[in-house]
Amino acid sequence: MKPPPFDYAAPTTLDEAIGLLAEHADAEARVLAGGQSLIPMMNFRLAKPGYLVDLRRVAGLAGIRREGDTLIIGAMTRMAEVERSPEVAVAAPLLTEAVGLVAHVPVRNSGTVGGSLAHADPAAELPAVALALDAELVAAGPGGTRTIPAGEFFTGSYGTALAPEEILTEVRLPVWPGGHAFIEFSRIHANFAVVAVAALVDTDGDRIRRACVALAGVGPTPVRAHSAERALLGASGDADALREAIRAAAELATADLSPAGDLHASAETRLTLAQVYLRRALELAVSRARNER
Amino acid sequence: MTAISVTVNGRPHTAQVEPRRLLVDFLREDLGLVGTHIGCEHGVCGTCTVLLDGHSIRSCITLAVQADGAEISTVEGLASGAELHPLQDEFSEKQGLQCGYCTPGMLMRAREILAQNPDPSPAEVREAIASNLCRCTGYQFIIEAVLGAAERMRAGKETAA
Repeated sequence: MKPPPFDYAAPTTLDEAIGLLAEHADAEARVLAGGQSLIPMMNFRLAKPGYLVDLRRVAGLAGIRREGDTLIIGAMTRMAEVERSPEVAVAAPLLTEAVGLVAHVPVRNSGTVGGSLAHADPAAELPAVALALDAELVAAGPGGTRTIPAGEFFTGSYGTALAPEEILTEVRLPVWPGGHAFIEFSRIHANFAVVAVAALVDTDGDRIRRACVALAGVGPTPVRAHSAERALLGASGDADALREAIRAAAELATADLSPAGDLHASAETRLTLAQVYLRRALELAVSRARNER
Repeated sequence: MTAISVTVNGRPHTAQVEPRRLLVDFLREDLGLVGTHIGCEHGVCGTCTVLLDGHSIRSCITLAVQADGAEISTVEGLASGAELHPLQDEFSEKQGLQCGYCTPGMLMRAREILAQNPDPSPAEVREAIASNLCRCTGYQFIIEAVLGAAERMRAGKETAA
């Protein structure tokens, strides 16, 4: 199992990288970030790009910084760095929790945030995080840069709004003031999730004033559970009342889903898991939101 | 072909490689360092684990060209001459290997674990080596070997200090 032959360049500037992608479009040129998804796919010959543009030498693509209420993570930032970052833990604990579930340490040492988002595996954690947080993805192309809302970025299984000659440069995550939870079911530790849930809940005293929920593993792209989010607005009361509101919201959300079954889990199993994990994630996010106040 | 320069176990190498050359094949075929094993070839089993600039990586899903300019450590670099590294010694003492296939990856992963946390709990070691599969399922002795090596390395440091 070795990759098929391809041509390769490791440019030092973004413009050069974009130029190479455009120039080698006929060879189905692709971007190489950490390679932790692309190279296994090439080993299996599931991907056969004729040209790879390696971003590792392009300056300015890696790094974590906060600007006001936005956390900005460069596309080439390694997942292990995100996992260890105190800045991320404070500004986007949902991401810290999710990134620890991505494969194992040696994969996170190489794998990048931008790589995971642009690869858009339907079971991956980071796309669900981006969607739940209403992140913005910044892409650079021959015509300049543009900002794509996460809600418009994931277009299908392994499909994104990026044009072939565009490069994802950073993701901008709004700082979430409330509680969070990222949980998933996988067959064994560090496998791809069968179902994953990202939940964010902000409370005002006892009342839920905002909820954002995204799921992975229940369709070709991560999905927002808008009906559950709406149903939770204004929910309040004691633990039992909230638990009942969450149960009802999880039921509503799963009624909108139509996952496909595959060799990992049937459609029915995915629906059941989605409902159970939605409930657990929301309960955890609510309790964290209350404890943080 | 693409020119690369890498330092492997402290020794600099320059080479011309095909871009598709996997790092594990570069180490084994081009440099003759066959201590690093090849298992699943898709980043799951961990037997090809080496350190790149001190961090564990899967060399079967890393291209040799991606390692250009990097410092690589492989299992061959663990011992000093005839003297085994405490990890190797403990794997031998505690029977931390049966067939030996996972051993080079386990050793390199363990080296990173102990570099980051010189005094891990058994639970932390168990969690950390989850990245590497032992096809003999001899995990218990591997965990004991890593803990034993940690203890010896801490003691060694104190003596040295």
